[in-house]
This record gives sequence, structure tokens and C-alpha cells, in this order.
Amino acid sequence: MPGKMNVMVGEKSPGMIAGRIIVYTLSILAAVYFLIPFFVMVMTSVKTLEDIKSGNLISWPREFTLDAWIKAWDSACTGINCEGVKGYFFNSILMVVPSVAISTIIGAVNGYVFSKWRFKGSEVLFTFLLLGCFIPFQIILLPMSGMLGWLKISQTIFGLALVHIIYGLSFTSLFFRNYYVAIPDEIIKAAKIDGAGFFRIFWKCILPVSAPIFMVVIIWQTTQIWNDFLFGVAFSGSESQPVTVALNNIVNTTTGVKEYNVDMAAALIAGLPTLLVYIISGKYFLRGLTAGAVKG
Amino acid sequence: MGKETSKANDKKLRNIKFRNRLGNLIPKIMIAPTFTVSLVCVYGFILWTIWISFTSSKILPKYDFVGFEQYNILFTQEPRWWVASLNLFIFSGLFIAICIALGLTLAIFIDQRLRGEGVFRTIYLYPMALSFIVTGTAWRWIMNPSLGLERLVQQLGFSDFTFRLLVESNVAIYAVVIAAVWQSTGFMFALFIAGLRGIDNSIIKAAQIDGASLKKIYLRIIIPSLRPVFLSAVIILLHLSIKCFDLVMALTSGGPGYSTDMPATFMYAFAFNRGRLAFGAASAVIMFITVMAIIIPYLYTELKGTRNAR
Repeated sequence: MPGKMNVMVGEKSPGMIAGRIIVYTLSILAAVYFLIPFFVMVMTSVKTLEDIKSGNLISWPREFTLDAWIKAWDSACTGINCEGVKGYFFNSILMVVPSVAISTIIGAVNGYVFSKWRFKGSEVLFTFLLLGCFIPFQIILLPMSGMLGWLKISQTIFGLALVHIIYGLSFTSLFFRNYYVAIPDEIIKAAKIDGAGFFRIFWKCILPVSAPIFMVVIIWQTTQIWNDFLFGVAFSGSESQPVTVALNNIVNTTTGVKEYNVDMAAALIAGLPTLLVYIISGKYFLRGLTAGAVKG
Repeated sequence: MGKETSKANDKKLRNIKFRNRLGNLIPKIMIAPTFTVSLVCVYGFILWTIWISFTSSKILPKYDFVGFEQYNILFTQEPRWWVASLNLFIFSGLFIAICIALGLTLAIFIDQRLRGEGVFRTIYLYPMALSFIVTGTAWRWIMNPSLGLERLVQQLGFSDFTFRLLVESNVAIYAVVIAAVWQSTGFMFALFIAGLRGIDNSIIKAAQIDGASLKKIYLRIIIPSLRPVFLSAVIILLHLSIKCFDLVMALTSGGPGYSTDMPATFMYAFAFNRGRLAFGAASAVIMFITVMAIIIPYLYTELKGTRNAR
């Protein structure tokens, strides 16, 4: 990668070498700072409670045990239920998969229209839709809970997934539109002259070059929806909670002994899926973040 | 013969016309559901919330009209709202300043063509993949007043060291800042490194030929040219601050007392836990207006910018 510093490096003076050593040291220190909380979580989750109470945050476990993980998964108490996070983990999967799939597909078609099938007023409509990216969701919580009740789907995973689809659409449409704008219009025009229609062009010309943007949007939506807490806590019932809400309940359960190792194991379980997604496809995650960011 | 071809042509033409009309309709049909949903669930719901904020609704919506009464209570009789607002002010100020400073510094470091750049990037950015609830849970444990950081530093030999941010109500908001900074700095790093890599090398080369030092080049040329990135960074972080809900819930649950309340948690507490719909709605409306006051001018300049560029 041609960074601009190669122009500056030139010959290496002792001062320059000292400078580089400092830069390396500080960068590594920063990396350590970012890693410590994760390290602490892992360490705490494999210790016994006695070990936690006698040691400290970063002390090596005297006795390595996965009991806390098993308890977090299987029998930790979230409020009055003592069945661990497993059920809630699956709730999250049941919520994420359909809401990501549907919001991504609709977003792709919307983006296709807003970039390649513009009509009178479509730009205004797009701007109109954009507002959904920026509102603080507190402004829609109350009527949405009313609407879910009216549709008889309040406190269900289905209802929660629906909410995620609705408020994800602005983002997915924006992502796809910005990506498709860069595809030359000539290709579309040529296809139209050949007699191809809306869907044929989408299928033959647009979709084949859409893999990267699909990755970006799917990863963005997956992390957003998996990590959501506000909608989860506002719209789910005790049976339909996503894992983030269950985790918060485990941590805030005040009865009995505070089991920090179980808390940390539960937090790691809740965090691992998105962390894995990030590690496997960090490039796309980053692109979503910066693209979504500049606009929202 | 000539007649027949013209007839056939007519038919063909009509066919094409019909198809064109249908073709023009399809995009609109495809957009319609999203448009409807947005009209109802974004615009309609916002209006509904605004309307409810002018009523006296408690647990159930009641469609009377009491004017600005809820707002009056919010601003003159509810000390908790002022705590929440002040917290937002302190939080966003520190959060934005620290995230940008750290993020920019790290970006400049990594921009020196360090070896292992990919590893650094991955490590700096991974907290962004985590839920704020996970981050909050982790930091709640790290800042645990008896077993956390305090114990660690004491065991390292500093027996007088105390670290009690989470339990002292006048400073607990700084605990939220610490956790939030940890999560979001990598994001700022990513924005700034993208900005740095986008700078035209020729300007820098020219400055070098003129004999400018590295420090001068950064201060005079590179950082000023990152102005648009700074603007986006501030907007993003401000937006994150106003929406900050999960982190507070996981880290402090708004406590001790309500000392770390923020507008987002305030609204939730009143509207959902205490059954004061209209009052909660009024606080949501204030949040909404605040966000719009920041976003609309920003979007306006952004959209104008891209249109001119095209």
C-alpha cells in the first residue's frame, strides 16, 4: 500500500529510528489496552469463584474450569427463569436470520430503483426515507408497542424481527443505492434496448456484481440486530428475549451470590457470534461501518 | 401488403407502449411497501408521539389536550431530567474529545507504514463488533469496587489506590465515558486512517521539497485537510451519545440512584417502567428535536456537496 510516509522516510537518521521505536511502542500499548478487557473476561470466565475472590483481574487461573460456561449456557438465572442463555441465544438467531434476509433483499431492490430506475420524485422519496437512519428510536417506541399489540404480535420473536426489518430498511436501501449508483447507466440502457425488463436487468446485470455489497449489508444488519438491546428490552416478553436482554438480566439478578465468572461467560457467549463475523470478514464490517457512518 | 405491415407495426408499437408504461410502473410498485412502512412507522409514529406528549396520558393513551404541561413539568419540576441532560452534556463532550484524539493519534501512528498494520487494525476495531451490553458487562466487572481494578493495583503494591467510579454518584458518569471510549475509539481510528490514506501525496511531497518538517506537515497540511472527517466524526459520536442507552443500562443501570441517567434511559424509565406515557413522550420529543437540529444541517451540507461534485 503506497502510504504517504514513504515519501518522508528517505534515509534513516538515528532520530528517525528512535521515532519509529516510540511509534511502535505506543501502538502496541494501545493494542494491549484494547485487548485487556477481553483478556479479563476470558480469564474470569474460566476461574472458580474462590479463585476470583483471592486473585485479581489478570491473575492466571489456579484451577482451569468451564463450569461457569456450562452454567451460563444451561442454568444461570435471568430473573426468575434459571435455564441459562441457551434459549435466548436461539431467540436471537430466530430474530436475526429472517430480519437480516428480508431487510437486505428489500433494500437491494429499493437501492436498485433509487439508482437505476429513477422517476419523478424518486430523489425526494429517497431523502424522505433517509430520516429513518437518524431518528432516536425513543420517538417511535410507544406507538410501535401499540401497533405490535394491535397486530397481536407483541412480545413475540416475530414482532421483534418485524421491528428490526422496518427500521433496518432505511439503512439497507441507502447502502445498496450508494453502491449501485457507481454501476454505469450504459449497461442498463443497453439491456433495456435489448428488451430486458426491470427484473431481468436486476437478475442478469445487477445481482452478479452485487456480492460485495450484499456482504457489507448482511454483516452490518447481523451485527446491528444481534447487538440490539433497546428494541429487545422494549418489545420482547420473558420467553422471547434476545440474548443481549438475557445477559443484562443475568448480570442484574440480585438474588444469591454474585457469580462474576458466570456473568463473563454469558457476556462472551452473547458477544462471540458478532466477534466471529468480525474476525472472518473484518474488511466488509469496516466498509459497512464507514459507509453507514458517514451518513449515520 | 403495405397496409398489413403498418397494422403489424401499430400492434408492435402499442405493445412497446404498454410494456413501457408497465415498466415505468414496476419501480414505483417495488418502492411502495417501503414507502408506506416509512410513512406510517417513521413519520406517523413521530407525529403520534408528539401528539401524545401534549396529552395527560398515563398508562394508557388518552387523547385529551393539556398543552405544554408535560414539557413544563419536564423542565421545571423534574430534577432527574436535568441530571440526565447534564450527564449527556458531560458524556458527549468527553466521549467525543477523547475518541477523536485517541483515534486520530492511532491513525497517524499506523499511517507510518508499521509492520503488522492488519493486526493493529483488527485489534483496535474489534470492540465495535460487540454489543454495548457486552462492553458494559465487561467494564462493570473491571471497575468492580472491591474485586476489580482497585484490587489489582493494590496487589501491585499501591495499597492506597482506590477506584470507586461505579459507586460514587458524582463521578459515576465518567465510568460510562471510559467504557464508551474503549468501544468507539477504533471506529474513529478507522475513519481517520481512511481519511489519511485519501490525501493527495503530491501536496506532501511539495511541502517536503520546501523543507517542512514531519510535525509541520501534519499540523499544517494533513490535519487541516481532514476537516470533513472531523465533522463526520463529531456528528457520529454526538448521535451515538444521544442514543446511548444500552451501555448505561449494562454498566450502571442509571445508578447509583439516577446519577448516570441519560435522556434515552430517562425516557425508557418513565414511559415503560413508570407508566407515564405522555411524560416519556415529551422527553422523546426533546431527544428527537435535538438530533434533528444536529443532523439536518449536516445532511444538507453533505447532500449539497455530493450534488455539486457530480
